[in-house]
Amino acid sequence: MTTMPKDPVLVVLQMTGGNDYLNTVVPYSDGMYYDYRPTVGIAEKDVIPIDDKVGLHPKLGSFKEMYDKNDLAIIHGVGYANSPRSHFRSMDIWHTCEPDTLGTEGWLGKVVRELDPNKENVVTAVSMGPSMFRALSMPGVPVACVDNLDSYGLMTNIQERQQRERLLERYKRLYGPAIGTGPVMDFLGQTGLNALAGADMLKVAPQQYKSNVEYAENSIGRKLRSVAQIHLADLGTRVFYVDQGSYDSHSNQAGMHDKLLGDMSRGVQDFFDDLREHDAADNVIMLVFSEFGRRTYDNGSGTDHGAAGAVFMLGDAVKGGQYSEYPSIKREDLEQGDPVPNLDFRGVYSTIIEDWIGLDATPIVGGTFEKPRFLN
Amino acid sequence: MSHKDDIALMAHLMRRAGFGARREELEERVKYGYEATVEELLTPEQQPAVDIYDLYRYQPWTWKPGTVYGMGHAPWVYHLLNTKAPLQEKMTVFWHGIFATGVSKVDHWDEIMDMIDTFRDNGMGKFHEIVMSVAKSPAMLYWLDNNENFNGRINENWGRELLELFTIGVTNYTETDVYECSRAFTGWTLAAKLPRFPMGRFDWEFEYLDEIHDHSEKNFLGHVGDLNGDNIVNIVLQQPATARFIARHLYNFFVADEAQVPAWSVTPPRDRDAIDQIVEKLYTSDYDIRETLRLVLNSDFFKKARFAKVKSPVEVMIGTLRFVGGSELPAPGIGNLSRQVAYMGQELLNPPSVEGWHTGPEWINSGSIMSRTNYFTDMISDTERPGVKALIDALQEKGTLSADDFVDTCLDLLGPLDVEAAPRQELVDLANEGGPLTWGTNGGYDSTVARITEMLQLIVSLRDYQFA
Repeated sequence: MTTMPKDPVLVVLQMTGGNDYLNTVVPYSDGMYYDYRPTVGIAEKDVIPIDDKVGLHPKLGSFKEMYDKNDLAIIHGVGYANSPRSHFRSMDIWHTCEPDTLGTEGWLGKVVRELDPNKENVVTAVSMGPSMFRALSMPGVPVACVDNLDSYGLMTNIQERQQRERLLERYKRLYGPAIGTGPVMDFLGQTGLNALAGADMLKVAPQQYKSNVEYAENSIGRKLRSVAQIHLADLGTRVFYVDQGSYDSHSNQAGMHDKLLGDMSRGVQDFFDDLREHDAADNVIMLVFSEFGRRTYDNGSGTDHGAAGAVFMLGDAVKGGQYSEYPSIKREDLEQGDPVPNLDFRGVYSTIIEDWIGLDATPIVGGTFEKPRFLN
Repeated sequence: MSHKDDIALMAHLMRRAGFGARREELEERVKYGYEATVEELLTPEQQPAVDIYDLYRYQPWTWKPGTVYGMGHAPWVYHLLNTKAPLQEKMTVFWHGIFATGVSKVDHWDEIMDMIDTFRDNGMGKFHEIVMSVAKSPAMLYWLDNNENFNGRINENWGRELLELFTIGVTNYTETDVYECSRAFTGWTLAAKLPRFPMGRFDWEFEYLDEIHDHSEKNFLGHVGDLNGDNIVNIVLQQPATARFIARHLYNFFVADEAQVPAWSVTPPRDRDAIDQIVEKLYTSDYDIRETLRLVLNSDFFKKARFAKVKSPVEVMIGTLRFVGGSELPAPGIGNLSRQVAYMGQELLNPPSVEGWHTGPEWINSGSIMSRTNYFTDMISDTERPGVKALIDALQEKGTLSADDFVDTCLDLLGPLDVEAAPRQELVDLANEGGPLTWGTNGGYDSTVARITEMLQLIVSLRDYQFA
C-alpha cells in the first residue's frame, strides 16, 4: 500500500510590534548585554541556556524542549539593510519583500497564486483575524479571512432555509464576474463569492474537531486552535497566517514581554501537540518572526525600535540548531544603537519557498539570497 | 438640477458629512438648501447637544467605564446615534483615526473617551490646538510612552509618531530630528496616579515636570535652541508637508478613497488639484479646520465624488442604525451594540496599531464582507424598526407597483442608490417572481411585507451598497 505524500503546509506567526531579540535569545555570557540593559536585562540565572553563549527567555521553556528535540531552528541576526525603524514601513517590507519601493503584493499572495493558479480552492490561504495581512495580498488571489471560525457564514440570520438559499443564489449571480465595473467592484465581487464558498468549506472544521489538547483561553491560543481545526479538516489549506501583539515594548517591558512570550510559546506547544495527537504534524512548519528587533540599550523602562531580529522555524521537518551568527553588540559595531542584521529575511523566505513548498523563490522574493539550511 | 438630483446630492452630503439621512430629512434639507445645510453642519453649537446624562441615568456603567471589555466606547456610540450635529461627531471619528489611541495598552477607557470628548469640542477648530490637546492627553502620553521620556533617558515613541503619523510624514525629517523632537518633549508627563484599589480608577492628569526636561540645545529641522514641546509643534505646523499630510487625510476621509498613509511619500494624490486647494486653505487659514471643511464640502470635486468611498465599519453601523431607527434610547444592549463595529474590523478606541485603520478597499475581506452583509440584512428586515416601517408605509402609499417600480422605489428610498443595469435587472427578476406588488388582495399584508423585506435584503447585499 502506498500513501499519497501530504502537501507541505506553512503556518506564519507574526509577532507584531517589534519583538526584542536581545531578550528573546539572550547573549547572557556577554557582559556588555548587562551594561546596556540595567533595567530590562534578564539575569543569567533566569535565562534558559542553549549553549555557553546564548539562552532563551525564561518563558520560552517549550521552545527549549523543541530545540532539544531538534525541531526548532533559531536564525540569528535576520533583517535587511537600513532599517527604517517604523513599524508600518518595516512590516510592509517583510510582507512584500520590497525594501526600496512601496510594494502592494505580498510574498505569500504570490506563493498562493503559484500553488493554486486556477483558483480552485478558496481556502488555500487562511488569515486569522478581522483584517487581512499584506503578506497575503495579491490581486485575484483568494484568502479566507476568519475572525471567528464558529460563526463564519453569510446571511446566517435568515432562519428560513429556503429563503436563505434563494437569496444566496441571487447573491452569487450579483457578485459574479458578468456584473460590475472597475477594480474595486471586481474585488468586491470576487471577495463576496470567495466568502460564500469558503464559509461552506470551513463550517465543517470545528464540527469534526476532537482533541485532548486544551489551549489557553487567550487570543493566540484561540487562533492556533482554529488553525489546527482547519488543518485537521483536510481542506487543502497550505498557508495559515496568525499574529500576536503588541510587542512594542517601549515601557514596562518586563511584565508585558513575559506575558506575550508565555502565551505564544504555550500556544505553539499546544498547537504542535494537537497536530501530533492527530498524526498531522509532519507536513507543517511554522515561521515565527517580528518586523524588527529593539534597541541594544534600554531606555530605563523598555526598549526603542531597532533593526536585527531572530526568526524561529519550528516543526518535525525542521533541522534544529542555530543558524547565521549572533550579531556583534560591541559598541563600535552598532548602527544607530542597534545590532546590524547579517542575514536577509528574504533568504529565510527562499528556503521555505524552494525547499519546503517547492517553488522558485527568485521571482517571489525579488532576487537570490543566502539560504539558511534549516530543513531536514 | 432636478429634484431627484437635489435629493441625491443632499444624500451624498449627509453620508459624508454625517451618517446618512432618511428620506423625510433629505426632503427638508433640500428645501433648506445645500450651502445652508453645509453651514448648519459647520455650526454644531447651534444644535441641542446630546443629553449624555440620559444614558448615564439608565446605564450607569457607561459613565467612566474603566476597563469594561470591548464596550467602553458605548457613550461615544450613544453620541453617534443621537447627535443632531453629525459632522461634529464625524470629526471625532476622523481625528481618532489619525491620533489612534487604544485600550490594548492604555487599559483605561475613560482617558481615551476624554480625548474623544476633546475632539468633539475642538475637532473643527484650529489644528494647532488639536495637536496640543493630544500632546497633553494622558491617554496619548501613556500610549506612546512619553511619561517614560526623561532627560538623559530618551524614549522616542511619541517623538517619532508625532512626525511620522500625526503631522509631517516620512521622508520629511531625519532620525536626528526624531531624537531632538523626543528630547524637546521630555517632562511632558502624567501626574502621579492615585492607587487604583480599593476605590477603582482615578482620572489621570497631564503634568509638565521641568526638572526632568532636557534643557540643553537641540537642533530640530534647522531650528536651534532650548526647544520645548510647544516650539516643536509650532515648527512642525510651519512645514508645508504637514498641511499636505492633513489635506490628504481630509480628502481620503471625506472625498474619495486614497492610497494609505505609508504610501503617501511615493504615491501621488489621485486629485492633485483638490489637494492643492485644501493645502492652500489650511495654510492661509492658519489650519482652521472649519474653514477647510467649508471649502471641501462646497467644492465640485466633493460633489462629484459620489460613491467613491467604501463605507467604514462605523459608517456601516451608525448609518444603518440611524436609518432603521429604534436604537436611540439608552436601552440595555448598547454595550453589545457597540461591539458590532469591531466585528467588521474597526474596534473603536482599540485601533490595530498607532497607525490607526487602513481604509477604502482594505476594509473588505472575505470575513468583513460577511459581517457587513449579515448586519445590513439583519437590520433592514426588522419590520419593528421605525425606519423600516416608514419605508414600508411609503411603498404602501404608492399602491400597486409594477416589478420595475417596486425595485426603483426601494432603491430610491434606500439612498437614492446608484445601481448598475445588470444588478438592477437581477432585482427586477426577483420582483417579477411575485408579480406586481399589491396590498391585501392576494395573500394579504404580511406576505407583501415579506416580499419587501426580501427585496431590501437583496439590495443591501449588493456590492453597490458597500459604498458611501
